[in-house]
Amino acid sequence: MSTRVKKGEGIRDKVAIVGVGCCKFGENWHQGSEDMIVDAVYEAYADAGIENPQQQIEAIFCGSVYPSRGTAEVAESLKLFDRPVSLTQNYCATGTDAFRYGVAAVASGMHDTVLVVGFDKPKDRGVSGPSIHMNTARGLPMTPAGWFSLCCARYFETYGAGREELAKIAIKNHHNGTLAPKSMLKKEVTMDEVMNARMISWPFTLYDCAAQSDGAAAAIITRRDLAKSFRSDPVYVKGVSIALSANPQTDPHFDFLAWKPTIAAAKDVYAQAGISNPFKEIHLAQLHDCFTMTELLSYEDLGFIEKGSAKEHIHNGTFELTGQLPVNTDGGLKTFGHPTGATGVRMIYENVLQLQGRAGPRQVKGATMALSHNLGGAPQTCALALLGIEG
Amino acid sequence: MTTAAGITRYGIYIPSTRLPLAFIHGGKAKEGGPEKAVAGFDEDSITMAVTAAADCLQGMDRRTIDGVYFASTTSPFREKQAAAFVAKALDLRSDISTIDFGGTLRAAASALVAAINAVHAGSAKQILVIASDSRLAAPRSPIESNFGDAAVAFLIGSKNILAGVESSYAIADEIYDAWRSETDKFIRSWEDRFVVTHGYQDNLVKACKGLLEKLNRSVKDYNKAVIYGPDARSLSSAAKAIGFSSEKVQDALFGKLGNCGTAFAPLLLASSLEQAQAGDKLLLAFYGDGAEVLSLVVHPHGFKPHHSIAWYLQRGKALRSYDSYLKSRHLEASEFDRRGGDGVPATVHYRERDSDISFLAQRCTKCGTLHFPACRVCYGCYAKDQFENVRLSDKTGKVLSYSFDHFFPTPEPPLIVGMCEVDNGARVYVQMTDATQDMLRCDLPVEFVFRKIHDAGHRPNYFWKSRPL
Repeated sequence: MSTRVKKGEGIRDKVAIVGVGCCKFGENWHQGSEDMIVDAVYEAYADAGIENPQQQIEAIFCGSVYPSRGTAEVAESLKLFDRPVSLTQNYCATGTDAFRYGVAAVASGMHDTVLVVGFDKPKDRGVSGPSIHMNTARGLPMTPAGWFSLCCARYFETYGAGREELAKIAIKNHHNGTLAPKSMLKKEVTMDEVMNARMISWPFTLYDCAAQSDGAAAAIITRRDLAKSFRSDPVYVKGVSIALSANPQTDPHFDFLAWKPTIAAAKDVYAQAGISNPFKEIHLAQLHDCFTMTELLSYEDLGFIEKGSAKEHIHNGTFELTGQLPVNTDGGLKTFGHPTGATGVRMIYENVLQLQGRAGPRQVKGATMALSHNLGGAPQTCALALLGIEG
Repeated sequence: MTTAAGITRYGIYIPSTRLPLAFIHGGKAKEGGPEKAVAGFDEDSITMAVTAAADCLQGMDRRTIDGVYFASTTSPFREKQAAAFVAKALDLRSDISTIDFGGTLRAAASALVAAINAVHAGSAKQILVIASDSRLAAPRSPIESNFGDAAVAFLIGSKNILAGVESSYAIADEIYDAWRSETDKFIRSWEDRFVVTHGYQDNLVKACKGLLEKLNRSVKDYNKAVIYGPDARSLSSAAKAIGFSSEKVQDALFGKLGNCGTAFAPLLLASSLEQAQAGDKLLLAFYGDGAEVLSLVVHPHGFKPHHSIAWYLQRGKALRSYDSYLKSRHLEASEFDRRGGDGVPATVHYRERDSDISFLAQRCTKCGTLHFPACRVCYGCYAKDQFENVRLSDKTGKVLSYSFDHFFPTPEPPLIVGMCEVDNGARVYVQMTDATQDMLRCDLPVEFVFRKIHDAGHRPNYFWKSRPL
C-alpha cells in the first residue's frame, strides 16, 4: 500500500456554515426534484437570514447520483442563473464531496458565499431497491447489499460478532429516527423483527439495509470573517476529506476486516483538525449506515474504538443516544432515508442542528465537535466532514 | 506415411443436478429412485464441454493441442462456433483447427474418426474431441424421462495411447426417428416401436456386422460392447440381435444418468475404459441417421481422469421440484427472465475475453503481484504494462469471505458469492456453484468451473464460478 503524503495546511476554521435546510425524506411521490430542492434551499436561506439569494449566492455546488438534467435541475428550480453551477457525482460520498468543493472554493478566495445542494429522486425508476443490470458477466451479483456484506463472514469468524450485534444497530437507528421530524421511517423495531425479516443478502435482512428514499438537503457556507454577519452561532469546518481506495473485489491485499478508504480519510481529517483522540474529542457522529455492518466497521475504522471491539461496545450502548459517542442521532440512512446525493449534506444538516443545540428530543448535550461519514462504491470511497462550534 | 492414432486421455463431466423421474409424472421423489442428470441453470453444452476437457487436459501443456472438435446437437448457437468458444475458455493456442460437428446423434463418431484421420495423416499431433449434449424434451412428454445431460472429452494423439482405434465402419440412413426443425424448441420423434425397430436396431446391427466382416472377426473377439441405446430395453434387444450376451454389454446407467445424446456412447466408453485391461478389444457403436462403429484396443497406460463416473454419480443432488427444473431451462415464465435485457456488449466481451472466458490473471514481472481482471498499472509496485498472463482455471483456491445474495435474480436463490484467493495468490470475486449455504466457511477449498451467468441480450453470457473441492 502506498503512503500518502499530506501537504498543504488544510481547511481548519477558514470556512463557516451559516445556514442549513432539508426536505422531508421519503417516497415523495408528490414531489419532483424541483420541489425537494426548493424546500431544502429556502429553509437554508431562512436559516442564514438570506433575503436576496440572487445577490448573496455566488455559486452552487450540486451533488446527485441519479440526476435527470444535472446542474440545470438545481439552477432552474431556484432561478439562480448567470453564475457558476457545478455537479459532482462520487458514489454515496457525493453529498459530502459537493460540500468539499464548496468549502475549497470559499477557502481559496474564489467566492465569498456559496450554496451546496445534495439531491436525488430514485423513486421515479419504478423499482424497489437498487436497479439490476445484466450488462456484464463478471462481478455479479452487483448489488450494494452483496458488496457490503462481503466483510461479514470473515469479520464474524475473526472477532465473534454476528447478526445480533447488527440487529442492535438497526434497533438503535430505528429508535433515533422516531425522534427526527423529517425522517422517512418512524418505526421502532424489535430484535425478533430484525432477525426474522426477509433476507436480502446474508447476513443482512430487510432491517439491516438503509431505506432508499427521495430527498434534498442544502448548506450555505461563507468565509469565516463574514460568518457572523449571517448568524451569531456559525459552525466551522474543522476538516473535510475524501479518499478512494482499491476495490475490495480486485485489491490483492484486502483483509475483509476493515474498509480502507475510511481509515485513509480519517487520518487526513484528524490531521487537519488536530484530533489525536477521536473517541474523546468527537461528541457525536453521523456514520454511513447503508447496511448495519458498515456502521459497525466504521466505529473501528474511524479509530473510535479498537479493531474487533465493536461487539462489546454495541452491548454497552456506547453509540446510543445516551451513550458516550452517539451515532446516527437522526436515524441515519437506515431510517432517515438515503437519497444518495443528499445523504452527506443531510448529515451536515443534522450535525449543525446538534452543535447549535436545535435538535429537540434527540439533542446531544454539550456537543462541540461532530463528524459525518459517507462510504460509497464497492465500497471504495469515503468522505468525511468534521464540524465544530469553537473556532 | 501414416501414424498410429488413438485416445491418449479422457475426461468426463456429469452435472450434479438430478431430476427424479417421478417428478415428471407429478409424483414425489423416492430415495434411490430412478433419476437423470440435468444441466443446472448455469450450464449448457459449452460449459459442460469445458469442464470435461479441463479434466482431460489436467497437468499437461495446453500449447501442444492442435485442434478442438466439438460434437453436439445442442450448441447454444445456430450460427457461431462452439469449438472456438471452448478453445478460448481452455486457453488454447489460437492457430488451431476448430470444428463443430452437429446435426446428428452420431456427431461424436464423426468427430472421433476425423481426429484419428488427421493424426494418422500427420496434419495434427493432438486433437481434443469433445461430445456434449443437453437435449430438451417437451415437459412431461414420454421421451423426457429418457434424456440426460453430460459431456466427455477425448484427446486423440499418437503417443501414450490408452485405446487405439483399429478401424471404423459407417452407414448412412434416411429416417424420421427423432428430429428438431429450424424452429423446434423440443425434440420430436415418431412412434417408439417403428423408430426402435427400423431406425435404431436395423442400422446398428447392419453397421456392427459390417465392421466385423471388414475385420474378419466375430463378436467373440470383443471383450466389451459399448453401445448407444435410447433406453434399456432397446439397447438389450439390439445387443442380442448383434450377438452380444448381456454381460458383455457396457452398463448404460439407465435410471442414474439418462441418454445424453452425442455424449452417451463416449460416456459409456469412458466408463468401460475405467475397468478395461490392457489387450481388451472394445466395440464402440454410435447411432443417428445411420450408424458408425469403431473397433478399439486397450493399451497399457497410467492415465486416470481426476473425477471418475462413480464420483460424479455419487455427488448428485436432487432438484427440489419439477418447477425448479422448468425455471432453470426457461420453460416457465419468471419475473427474473431478463433475456431481452441489456446483455454484455459484444465489444466489451471482445476486449475482456482473456479475463472472462480464458480466466487469465496477470502477474507483474517486476514485483510478482497478481491481478484479476487485467489492468495496466500494478497494485504492488505501480509498474506500467509489465505483466505476463497466468491461467487461473486449472488452479484451486480458497474462500476468503462470502455472502448469500437473495436480491439478485437467479432461478435458485440465494446466489452464493465469494471472494476467493487462488493458490498462486490471485483474487477473484466469483459466484459459487454446486454448493449449499451450510457448506460455506472462510478458507473453504474450491476449484473453478466455466458456467453460464445469464442469458441477457438473448445469448448465453459465460464466466467462471467456484465450486467446493
